Amino acid sequence: MSATSPVTPMVSMRGVDKHFGALHVLRGIDLEVAPREVVVVVGPSGSGKSTLCRTINRLEVVDAGEIRVDGEPLPAEGAALARLRADVGMVFQQFNLFGHRTVLDNVAMAPVAVRRTPKKEAGERGMALLERVGIADKAHRHPAELSGGQQQRAAIARALAMQPKVMLFDEPTSALDPEMVGEVLDVMTGLAAEGMTMVVVTHEMGFARRVADRVVFMDAGQVVEQAPPAEFFDATRSERARAFLASVLQH
Amino acid sequence: MQALLDNLDPLLRALGTTVTITLVAGVAALVLGTLVTIARVSPVPVLRGAAFCYVQFFVNVPLLALLLLAVFALPDAGLIMPLTTTAVVVLAVYEAAYVAEAVRSGVNTIPPGQLEAARALGLRLPQILRLVVVPQALRAVVQPLGNVMIALVMNSALAATVGVVELTSAVNKVNLVEAQPIPIFAGAGLVYMAIALAIGLAAGRIEKKVAIAR
Ligand SMILES: Nc1ncnc2c1ncn2[C@@H]1O[C@H](COP(=O)(O)OP(=O)(O)O)[C@@H](O)[C@H]1O
Ligand SMILES: [Mg+2]
Repeated sequence: MSATSPVTPMVSMRGVDKHFGALHVLRGIDLEVAPREVVVVVGPSGSGKSTLCRTINRLEVVDAGEIRVDGEPLPAEGAALARLRADVGMVFQQFNLFGHRTVLDNVAMAPVAVRRTPKKEAGERGMALLERVGIADKAHRHPAELSGGQQQRAAIARALAMQPKVMLFDEPTSALDPEMVGEVLDVMTGLAAEGMTMVVVTHEMGFARRVADRVVFMDAGQVVEQAPPAEFFDATRSERARAFLASVLQH
Repeated sequence: MQALLDNLDPLLRALGTTVTITLVAGVAALVLGTLVTIARVSPVPVLRGAAFCYVQFFVNVPLLALLLLAVFALPDAGLIMPLTTTAVVVLAVYEAAYVAEAVRSGVNTIPPGQLEAARALGLRLPQILRLVVVPQALRAVVQPLGNVMIALVMNSALAATVGVVELTSAVNKVNLVEAQPIPIFAGAGLVYMAIALAIGLAAGRIEKKVAIAR
């Protein structure tokens, strides 16, 4: 599009501002995510990471600035916004699976309702996805019967079923018992290796170091620093990022 | 006992009236109450406000006052309906407010995160209602709605005060002739209890049927 970047960024945010009442939560955010890029967002609690993530599919409406997904500005509402959201996968800290449906139904529901995929095909593709995240044996269980790690893997499969262009993860392992963190990160690592464009908010610094193409450090609603992981972790530039890393790496 | 048997015919007819009033007003209240809830959770502020006022009004005004108002004031205003119809309409709009409250509390049992997940998947509002909200709210709402329906049966007795010949009214008439209040009113009480029990049991059955497998 523009002369400076030969490929259209998958996500581009320009001068994004967001308030919650008097609270200025996002301050002039500029961020681009290239196709197939994995961007890990880190920062102290309350720095605006979740809000940033949620503005990308317009679960939060911004006050100022522009957000584009695959070159298209976010539609304000209605059918166009729904179509955009169908192309942007999202994984939440609390899984948010539909409690009244089986795991397979959770995965196959949106493709049938939104993409008009025939039921049978959606079911088969759903099974394949459950296979891929390693919980095919739980396909006919209800979410409450699964462990947290299994639920989160089901939620990832549910998002993937829409064949999204980009996946947003908002602290996908923060609600998990420690022994289940690995199984979810493994699935995400696999996705990244297959070339999925990903924005991942996480406190898992090991994952950031291994999988991220770029680490974005946020504090007080601003992007303070961004760099490839080796550079971010080993040659941290800002004082605030150094303080943050010191506090999270302590334990 | 004999007093009841001697008057079985009018009593059964009156029971029929009670059941009919309850059924018709009950179905109407379910439909109206659900519409009020949809208005109440809709994105349109005017609808939300109107639904809120509706519920507040009918929850805070005694049913008897509404019945008297409808029976004596509406004809004055030129709206003339058969007595029983008037009673059914008043009961329906009154109980609809309670239905709306019950349904809303059912909707509120759905974790907001699920609604967000549904939106994030690209589902539209009608799809979210059909696929996520209604099936889960239904489960939480069966028992409370059963209780509203039981209250409706009991409240239908108030129609006697404005001259509808339903069970309570008929029993009262029989007692005026036979002067045996204990067996007569106890018998009527048992019939009301049986109806309430039947509704409670039905609600229990339905709730089991729609329960989430765990
Ligand atoms: N819906 C909301 N209403 C009001 N304040 C909010 C809301 N969501 C988040 N906030 C506030 O915005 C700030 C940033 O929140 P968040 O984006 O969740 O940060 P993070 O994910 O980095 O912890 C916090 O101070 C939080 O309390
Ligand atoms: Mg957060």
